[in-house]
Amino acid sequence: MTTASEEQGIKPAKRASVDLKTLGPAIALLILCIVGFMLNPAFISEGNLTNLLTRSAFIGIIAVGATFVITAGGIDLSVGSMAAAISGVMIIVMNNAIETMGTGIPTVLLGCGIAILLGIGAGWVNGALTTKGKIEAFIVTLGTMGIYRSLVTYFADGGTLSLNFDIRGTYRPVYYDSFMGLPFPVWVFIGVAICGWLLLNRTAFGRYCTAIGSNEAVAKYSAINVDRVKTLTYIIQGLCVSFATIIYVPRLGSASASTGVLWELEAIAAVIIGGTVLKGGYGRIGGTILGALILTTIGNILNFTDMISNYLNGTMQGLIIIVAVFLQRSDWKLGKSRKS
Amino acid sequence: MQAETSATVAIIEAVNISKSFGPVPVLFSVSMDVRPGEVHALIGENGAGKSTLMKILSGFHDPTSGQIRLDGEKTDLPPNGAAEKLGIVLIHQELNLAEQMTVEENVFLGRELKNNGFLDRAAMGAAVQTYLDEIGLDIAPSDRISDLTMAQKQMVEIVKAVSRNARILIMDEPTAVLTEEETEVFFSQVGKLKESGVGVVFVSHKLNEVKAIADRVTILRDGQWIDTRSSDDLTPDAMAQMMVGRELSDLYPPMHEADVDADAVLSVTNLQAPGVDNVSFTLRKGEILGFSGLVGSGRTAVFEAICGLSPIESGNVKLFGKDATSITVAEARDAGLAYLTKDRKEKGLLLDKQMRPNLTLFALPKFVKNFAVDTKAEEGALQKAIRRFDVRARDAAITVGKLSGGNQQKLLLAKTMECEPKIVIIDEPTRGIDVGTKQQIYHFIAALAAEGVSVVVISSEMPEIIGICHRVIVMREGHITGVLTGDHINENEIMRYAAGLKREELH
Repeated sequence: MTTASEEQGIKPAKRASVDLKTLGPAIALLILCIVGFMLNPAFISEGNLTNLLTRSAFIGIIAVGATFVITAGGIDLSVGSMAAAISGVMIIVMNNAIETMGTGIPTVLLGCGIAILLGIGAGWVNGALTTKGKIEAFIVTLGTMGIYRSLVTYFADGGTLSLNFDIRGTYRPVYYDSFMGLPFPVWVFIGVAICGWLLLNRTAFGRYCTAIGSNEAVAKYSAINVDRVKTLTYIIQGLCVSFATIIYVPRLGSASASTGVLWELEAIAAVIIGGTVLKGGYGRIGGTILGALILTTIGNILNFTDMISNYLNGTMQGLIIIVAVFLQRSDWKLGKSRKS
Repeated sequence: MQAETSATVAIIEAVNISKSFGPVPVLFSVSMDVRPGEVHALIGENGAGKSTLMKILSGFHDPTSGQIRLDGEKTDLPPNGAAEKLGIVLIHQELNLAEQMTVEENVFLGRELKNNGFLDRAAMGAAVQTYLDEIGLDIAPSDRISDLTMAQKQMVEIVKAVSRNARILIMDEPTAVLTEEETEVFFSQVGKLKESGVGVVFVSHKLNEVKAIADRVTILRDGQWIDTRSSDDLTPDAMAQMMVGRELSDLYPPMHEADVDADAVLSVTNLQAPGVDNVSFTLRKGEILGFSGLVGSGRTAVFEAICGLSPIESGNVKLFGKDATSITVAEARDAGLAYLTKDRKEKGLLLDKQMRPNLTLFALPKFVKNFAVDTKAEEGALQKAIRRFDVRARDAAITVGKLSGGNQQKLLLAKTMECEPKIVIIDEPTRGIDVGTKQQIYHFIAALAAEGVSVVVISSEMPEIIGICHRVIVMREGHITGVLTGDHINENEIMRYAAGLKREELH
């Protein structure tokens, strides 16, 4: 009763007949972990694994949002700049709120609230320009990418925006503290991933995203409000960026023009490695999460070994992306073919 | 004139051509010849085999049997448009021009003149200018195709063909997209081509035009050659009669009389929308209302506007007595109005998805339980639909794109019926499907009407309009030209209204 397009990612081995497209990212991650362990047994130490998961949370959370946008046939290039701009505004708002609200939790909550509103707003702008403005998503988000990036540079006056030291103390646990052995960012990541998976695979909205990405005309003729669904995917993306920003700001306590640089490409890479089709119509949240973990693991392994220079991180990531997509292209399947 | 042309040798001649696609025969021993300097019209109903014959004449299809003679010698035409080199050019209905390039670039596309490795733009521009002057077309070689009118684009296609020394020009409904003035310009230019000795094959549903421009007319019906005659011997009415005139079999279910006093469920007054000009009509409960007319006459546009798929400019739509002008597709669905598209591959079904998500997509809100899609209910609906509509698939997991056309159509019908509409508009219910499935669909439509559902059937196939509809509305160029009931529903009447030979004064 469950089918390939429904039951993906999280438990890919559930069916008797599986194919490489579904299992691929999981196998790749497993191989990477074995390689990491063989190069340095410390790879599987608790400290390193926790660190790895925490690091992958930022890209992972953003990539969950990107999965919706890409599944519905869109693209969002502005997420990295959006994260930077939201960090900047958050810091400015919190610093300015000290006089009236002090340096306690209310100020941090105010900052988080602002971040969420900005994320939703920025997503809505991308969505409305794409649907109502009928401009291609690539162009719209290329534009907003430049705008957000320059805004944060402007706010920081070319330098760095730093969070007030006392607020930093209040806010710090959001990144550095743990709950049941897992750091908070990882919990946020898990929460976003579960919500994203349910939304994409179990709700009518998720079905609509897939339908629109698969064939927009069919979606329109099937009484789907295409513009609204597409705009919502960008809003979800914006919301995910705010969550990522909220857990990112306490890490460094600052924002500058170099915050979140290339995050958009890493997020898109995670989505594609995970098996979501770039032209839309087929999305896998489980795969996206594996994709984000794979990207972070590569960097982590390079840190652990002298065999390949750490400066070649980008090269390794690039190779993995190309190989992943190549494997998805060719219809190499284990067992019976199940989906298009 | 007559004696003179018959004396000349035909440039191209099709002799006893038969063609089958798989087991389905499309042409039965058809012969046709084209002489230099003549316009030869090819007419017939949709599905009569005109397109297939044109494609065989231009090498896009191979005949299953029979031969093509070029200048009297038996030839196998090279495939995929390579016959252009032999001077045989097919101009498709969807023009084959690069919209963002200039006239000059298009005309020389693929065989650019070069000078020391660089494009010789001056020479190409001058050559194109000469062609344009010859044909009397008032555009510049440097104009961009996207800035031209449809007629001009058509002429650029012709210039392109002429520049390749075309001897035979085969045109698929060249005037379908042209306005009347554009058509006149087009015809005067075809006249010039004729004088220069080019043979023109011309497919059209507009019989007045055929009469005006063609020297000879070949009529096809159901893949059979019916006759080839000088157009002087034919009136448009005679042509229409020769195109049709087939008997209706029991393909169609027995017709139940519609209740003429039944409530109006849909009434449209003075509708203006893109491609629709001042359309008014009423649909009654339990009625099967046919919409006939040529392709592009505005039938689909009327219902896309009513169902919220395209904007309404002015006018009024009443659904079950309530105002429903400019509703969204979802609102139309919730009110019980559903439109089944004629374009099942592009607008009807998600070809890369399985049957279940396709079936429930239109009525998905019905399947939502606790904010989640109830896959068990969906699965149940699929099993029911498979039985009710007799959808045959190897297994439920195959993608819809792999189903046969008939099964796709039945699934699309099932998808539309999943929201239990009270009014259903079926656009081309049997396009590209086999006779057995056609019959199933006709019986299904009749059964729906008997249950009290109102059905609108938009169709270019006249026999099915006549076979199943209680009442027929004929459209032409965006407006209604006639409403037929009872014995008046016959092919001749419909053809006259559709071709603009007859027009009813409405109110």
